[in-house]
Amino acid sequence: MLYRSVFPRDLLSELDRLQREMQQSYEFSPSIRGLARGGFPAINVGNTPHSIEIYAFAPGIDPATIDVQLEKGVLTIAGERASVMPPKEANATVHIDERFSGRFRRVVTLPDDADPNAVSAKYRDGVLHVSVQRRQAAQPRRISIE
Amino acid sequence: MSDNTNVTRKPEAPASEMALLPPVDVIEDAGGITLYADLPGVPKDKLTLQVEGDTLTIEGEISLAAPEGMESSHAEVNLPRYRRAFTLSKELDANKVSAEFNQGVLKLRIPKAEHAQPRRIEIAVM
Repeated sequence: MLYRSVFPRDLLSELDRLQREMQQSYEFSPSIRGLARGGFPAINVGNTPHSIEIYAFAPGIDPATIDVQLEKGVLTIAGERASVMPPKEANATVHIDERFSGRFRRVVTLPDDADPNAVSAKYRDGVLHVSVQRRQAAQPRRISIE
Repeated sequence: MSDNTNVTRKPEAPASEMALLPPVDVIEDAGGITLYADLPGVPKDKLTLQVEGDTLTIEGEISLAAPEGMESSHAEVNLPRYRRAFTLSKELDANKVSAEFNQGVLKLRIPKAEHAQPRRIEIAVM
């Protein structure tokens, strides 16, 4: 489970990824919150000079049931995804069972200049997009020379 | 492959054509097969479903609203596209596939052809 990606790629890129992850786990001390990758939902993070953009790929969830919390610079995304598996007594056969179901929780550590009072979250096409503004004071300023 | 003057090996698919493999659930009951696929980030108009011969192909382009000048610092979804193909068996009726796409989850229902519906076979006692 530790190395299983939600969206696997072809074999060569999988080997490449495995090598990179092994290197990382030997070369650096791992984060106290565990491996940075893997798990549900998959997360992408982007930066702009004014904000931090977090994308959580959590399809098929009622946005009202997703719990997004920001506390002491740590963003937590938690919720639950219902299983589509037929009940045991149903006369059905499960051929492939790859999609995640059950409770999930993922955390993202935000940089120091993240402003906890300026956060917005949207859910569209199965992606939760959380945008956290950076504090004004921390933004780069050009200092003029007199 | 019809071009037999081309003796070189088929080139690798360009990076722009590389795709992620979406996770699926496939459940079969008496009436047919239900397939669920996770395609988060794909808007409805960027989803392509195709049945060619006995191959079902699911393809979707990811479209995210990114603010201008955003630099990616961590990416687990690191290609802009999903693609997955399945071979259908001949008792499935590919002309009657119905599809729903809701919040990034595709639900496909492929019914079995009339002649392939289960029938109870009477045993004649001699």
